[in-house]
Amino acid sequence: MDLIFTMLVPFLMLGVALWGLWKRVDLWGALTGGAEKGLKVALRIMPPLIGLLTAVYMLRASGALELLGEALGPALAAVGIPAETIGLLLVRPVSGSAALGVGAELIETYGPDSLVGRTAAVMLGSTETTFYTVAVYFGAAKVGKTRYAVPAALCADIAGFLAASWAVRTLF
Amino acid sequence: MAMSLIWTVMVGAAVLCGLATGNGPEVAKGALDGAAAGVELCLSMLGVLCLWTGVMEVMERSGLAGGLSRLLRPAIAWLYPDFAGDRRVMDAVSANLSANLLGLGNAATPLGLEAARLMAERTPGVASDGLCMLVVCNTASLQLIPTTVASLRAAAGCASPFDILPAVWLASAVSVAVGVTASKLMARLWR
Repeated sequence: MDLIFTMLVPFLMLGVALWGLWKRVDLWGALTGGAEKGLKVALRIMPPLIGLLTAVYMLRASGALELLGEALGPALAAVGIPAETIGLLLVRPVSGSAALGVGAELIETYGPDSLVGRTAAVMLGSTETTFYTVAVYFGAAKVGKTRYAVPAALCADIAGFLAASWAVRTLF
Repeated sequence: MAMSLIWTVMVGAAVLCGLATGNGPEVAKGALDGAAAGVELCLSMLGVLCLWTGVMEVMERSGLAGGLSRLLRPAIAWLYPDFAGDRRVMDAVSANLSANLLGLGNAATPLGLEAARLMAERTPGVASDGLCMLVVCNTASLQLIPTTVASLRAAAGCASPFDILPAVWLASAVSVAVGVTASKLMARLWR
């Protein structure tokens, strides 16, 4: 089972390559063209990441995150969420790049294979920037009365955070 | 605007807390380290990120998204019963969902916004049950392969950055299921 997930990337690459050839797509052109788009993505997230990692490193050094973790940690621990992820929980629904910065710092500090590092990664991978998405969608649809969309979306976020902590604890 | 406020609060809290706890010098050093870390992080995640945007481009050009969207049609009709007969909405919603699953974020958003506009034509200014469902589904992460997170882990020296996939799928599934259930329940209560 472990081997399947470790080998998932090569398998996927091979599968997509064969499928692309079968469909007579300019495989090499798509691969390199897509990688170029990746470069643009990296260039786009670099300025916000620099700004946010600066702020996150300052917060970490000041001891504010530990204080926050200590204050809210017991409540989080009671439902099974690691207290260290408190910063991530707070920024995740509001800003994607801030969440990326906070998550990156957690993964770097605690290690990618630690409980905290893994939980942070799973949280990042299984939730979205809720408030941003809500604003963009209702803005485009020119809708002011959003009814239950925000509470329902927040239910999904909370469930995602709980499930991420629970899944990492059970699976690793 | 929101970001300006968040950033100021973060920096303000760091400065105040640093002064209060006597960690002032560390805060100053943290600012310099953090800025450098932002650049290093971007560079070290670049390889995995570009590899995946490349593979995704092949998926997109070879029509994988189109096939997936046809497969998803029945599920979408169940999620959006009010729009099941509306061909344009169903097309846009299923294309949006399949692009989300494949992680084609740049393709998913315009499709989703198109679906939202079409849905809002029926009930101008007020979110219908269908539109609420669309927004809730798009605020949940449906991406099958979370490439950015995997490249973050790879950048931190992880040997198998994709070993979190089963956990991510589980957590995403729970989150989406709760979002959909909450929407369906609230649709009955919230008039």
